Amino acid sequence: MSGPSIEAVNLSKRYGSFTALSNLSLKIEGSKCVGFLGPNGAGKTTTLKIFTDMIRASEGKALINGVDVHLNKKKALSSVGSLIESPEIYPSLTPREALSMVSELRGLSGTEKRKRIEEVVTEVNMQEWLDKKVGKFSKGMKQRINIAAALLSDPDVFLLDEPTTGLDPRGMAEVRDIVKSLKTKNRLIFMSSHLLNEVQDVCDEVALIDHGKLLVYDTLSNVTKRSSTDGGNMVEIELSRDVDEQTINRNIASLANVVSAERPAPRKLRIYFSGGVENQERLLLDFANLKIGLISFHPSGSALEDTYLKLIKDTL
Amino acid sequence: MSATGGRILPTSLAQVGTITKYELVSYFRSRRFFILLAIGLIISGLLTGLTAYYGISIVAPCLLAEGCVTPSLAFYSFWWGNSITFVIVLSGIFFGGDAISGEFQNKTGYFLVGNPLRRSSIYIGKWLGALIASVIILAIYAGITVGNGLYYFGANIPYQFAESLGFSILYLIAVLGFTFFFSSLFKTSAMSILITAILFLFAFNLIQLIVIGLVQIEPWFIITYGAGIIGNVLNDAYPTTQGIRGPGGRERFTYAATVPEGIAILLAYFVVTAVLGLLLFERKEFT
Repeated sequence: MSGPSIEAVNLSKRYGSFTALSNLSLKIEGSKCVGFLGPNGAGKTTTLKIFTDMIRASEGKALINGVDVHLNKKKALSSVGSLIESPEIYPSLTPREALSMVSELRGLSGTEKRKRIEEVVTEVNMQEWLDKKVGKFSKGMKQRINIAAALLSDPDVFLLDEPTTGLDPRGMAEVRDIVKSLKTKNRLIFMSSHLLNEVQDVCDEVALIDHGKLLVYDTLSNVTKRSSTDGGNMVEIELSRDVDEQTINRNIASLANVVSAERPAPRKLRIYFSGGVENQERLLLDFANLKIGLISFHPSGSALEDTYLKLIKDTL
Repeated sequence: MSATGGRILPTSLAQVGTITKYELVSYFRSRRFFILLAIGLIISGLLTGLTAYYGISIVAPCLLAEGCVTPSLAFYSFWWGNSITFVIVLSGIFFGGDAISGEFQNKTGYFLVGNPLRRSSIYIGKWLGALIASVIILAIYAGITVGNGLYYFGANIPYQFAESLGFSILYLIAVLGFTFFFSSLFKTSAMSILITAILFLFAFNLIQLIVIGLVQIEPWFIITYGAGIIGNVLNDAYPTTQGIRGPGGRERFTYAATVPEGIAILLAYFVVTAVLGLLLFERKEFT
C-alpha cells in the first residue's frame, strides 16, 4: 500500500424506507485532503459515522487502511483521528483529563502522553484553559479540544465532519492551517464541509454526494474546470485607486482568456475568465503589468460553487 | 496487546480500566454523588436521632415472643435491614439511570466511540465506575450503622450483618445491571431515570403485593422479592413461606425467598439485564 487509505465499498444505509446512502463506492489513497461536499441530508455525516462505527451500514463495507471498520473496529480506528458532529466532552473533566483519557485509550502514557497533550493543546491555542473544567467552555472552545483529541495520537487518517463548526474566524483559519500542515506530514484528511471556500483553500480533491449518491470524485482543478469551460471562473481584484469604464473596456476586456469584466465598486473588479489555474496565473501577471494599482487578486469560490450547484441541480 | 500503525494499543481490559478511572473522576466531581451522600447521611442522622431519643429498646425491640434472642441483631435489622435497599435503589438511579442514555443525549458518546476501543469496554467501564461509586456510598452508610452498633452493643457485631452486607452488594450489582439495561434502551436520560425510579420505588413492590395478595403465587420473578434476603437474614429465625388459614377456612400464604433462591434471583437479574443491555448498546446507533 502506498499510503493511508479509506475505501467505501458499495456502502448503503437505509432507515426504513428512507435511503440515506446508496451504494457509495469511493477509494481515497495517499497523503491529501479530500473535501466531502453535499447539501444537508446528502449522506456526508452518515458516511463518516459508518467509517467510525457510530452507525452500521445496511450493505457494503467501510475499510480504513484495508481493515473493515465494523469487523475489526479497534484495529481499523487505531490509525484514525475523528471529529464527528461536534462531540460534547464530560463537563466535569478538564481538557488535560479528557485528553489524558483519549491518550490512555490509544496507548500513550507517561512522558509521551504529557508531551503530546501540551503539543496539541498549543496547536489549537488552548494552553491557558488546560486545567479548567470543560463544562464552562463555549462551543468553539470545546471544538478546539475535540480537534486536539483527533490530533493526539498523530494518526494517518483524519475523518472530520465540518471541523470549523462553531469556531470564530480566527479559529477557522487555525483549523485550515492545521489541515494544511497535516498534508505535509503524509496524512490523509477526509473532511466534510459546507464552506466551499474552505474546501477550495485546503483540499486537493473533492467528492460530491447528493441523495446518498456519489456525483463526482476528482481533483479540485478538474472539478472547477467543469464550470470554467463555460467561462465561469472568476477572480476578484482590489485596486489602490479608482478605475474607469474606459480602462476596463480598452485594457482589461481585451486581456487573454478574459470573458467579461465587472466593476461593482470604483476600486473593485470582477473578472470572468476561461481555463484553469494556468490562465489564472497569466491573468495575474497581465494585471500586474497593467500598473493600475493592483493590491489584491483572489479567486472566487464561484467555480467550485457553480459546479456544486450545477451537479446538485441535476439530481433534483 | 495489538500493534497497529506503529503504536501498541492497550488491551480491552486496560481500556475498561481507563473508562472506569475517568468515570469515577466525573462522579466524584458531580453534584449527584454528593446529593446521594447527603441522602445517606440524612437517613443515618434521622435513625441516629430516633434511636438516641426513644432508646434502643423502643426503636429496635427484641421480643422473645417474636423469636428474637439477639438484641444487637434486632438493632441491625431495624437500621440496616429497613433502609439499605432504598439507598441501593437510589444509587442505581443516580449512577446507572442515565449512564448510557446520557452518552447519546448529551453527545458525550461521540467523544469516545470514534476511538479504537470496543463498545463493550465503554459499557463495562462505566458500569464498574457506577458500582465503585455506589459501593463507596454503601460503605459510608455501613460505617455509620456499625458505629451506632458499636456504641450500643460494643464489638458484638452479629455475623448475619456481614451476610446482609454481602447480599446488599449483590443487590446493588443486580440493580445497576438493570438500570444500565434501561439506560441502553432509551436515548433520553429523563426517560431512563424515570422508568427505573418508578419500577424500583413503586412498581416492583406493588406487583409483589398484588401477586402475593390476590393471585397467591410466589413472586420469584421480581427482583425486590429476591432482595428480601438482605433483611430476612437479620432475623434470629429466618422467615419461611407459611400458610395461614383465615376466616372461612381459606388458606393464605406469606412468602419469603430462601437465601439460595434470593441469590439466584439477584444473579439472574444481573446476568440477563447485563447481557441485554450490552447487546443493546453494541447495536445502538449514534444517529
